[in-house]
Amino acid sequence: MASTITLAVTRYRPEEEAEPTVETYTVPFRKDWVVLDALNHIKDHQDGTLSYRWSCRMGVCGSCGMMVNGSPKLTCAAFLSDYAPGPVRVEPLQFFPIVRDLIVDIGEFLHKLKKVKPWIVRAEEQPLSEGEYLQTPDEVDAYKAFSMCINCMLCYSACPIVGLESHFTGPAAIALAQRYNLDSRDQGASGRVEILSDHEGMWGCTFVGDCSRVCPKNVDPAAAIQQYKLTTAVDTLKSWLLPRGSR
Amino acid sequence: MNERLTPFLWLLFSAGGTVAALLFPVHVFLVALAFPLGALPAPSYEALHGLVQHPLVRIYIFVLISLPLFHWAHRFRYTLYDGLQLYHLTNLIAVLCYGAALAGTAATAYVLLTLTR
Repeated sequence: MASTITLAVTRYRPEEEAEPTVETYTVPFRKDWVVLDALNHIKDHQDGTLSYRWSCRMGVCGSCGMMVNGSPKLTCAAFLSDYAPGPVRVEPLQFFPIVRDLIVDIGEFLHKLKKVKPWIVRAEEQPLSEGEYLQTPDEVDAYKAFSMCINCMLCYSACPIVGLESHFTGPAAIALAQRYNLDSRDQGASGRVEILSDHEGMWGCTFVGDCSRVCPKNVDPAAAIQQYKLTTAVDTLKSWLLPRGSR
Repeated sequence: MNERLTPFLWLLFSAGGTVAALLFPVHVFLVALAFPLGALPAPSYEALHGLVQHPLVRIYIFVLISLPLFHWAHRFRYTLYDGLQLYHLTNLIAVLCYGAALAGTAATAYVLLTLTR
């Protein structure tokens, strides 16, 4: 086994350069190291100016998403040995504006996320004296898979529609909207459907499916979006065909 | 494109996809493999002509042709729209694609309704 591996890392220092450049670093190759370990080694021992986001190192926080050899990955879960002998190309998540080095601007994503109201919406909150909103195991199972999203944005980097149309609400946000629609405690579905029933919402999705392929938490946003489309389409058809009272 | 119509067009698209995925393989297997290779005895023209006299068979053929046409229209529309990025032609593309599916549907209905004994 080789003792070192080379990383080709995107650098962008807006105060110094107009365009991102590539810098190569050689780090020790250890089979238990992930790409994030290599980046930390570079930062600690070779170049303290290298900037990137990370926190938990165990696929929970969703901070360390980057393009590794062209695919969106959580770098804490991308083992160097899978990319041996290298070089390993490390880039910021694509389709996002770069702030610095491997850090992207997630402002637009947070705006889209907030837009779909990803929280429990109640017409009227029941008083605390009535206790918590109870759910059966089946009611939990209805949305549980879609609730595992860690907002790592890998799906946005994988989605070709996000790349083509920056206004597209995108996989994680639509899947999260569907997660709350499916929650028996939520009453906000009709409000969300108004927000998402346009070309920038669910109908912009053409079911490429790359979002589900790259999702590190197996959320399957593509399935959530198609389910959402079906529910919306059937409801729309009912509103055309049935008298108001029987919907 | 009128957003109000989108859910309806998408329903046609998904119904067409389901029909194409479930039924086309059966027909391809029979017509393109089993009959020509002699694995199954091919029905005669008269037998098939007799079969399409039944209203249920005609409805089946109508569904088999029409819905996948709408599936194609929707898919092809987005292939042109996203794939070739012809954003300025979006309305023209939609009209041509769904129009072609409508024309195919009308032609199918015409043939099926005017079939003589």
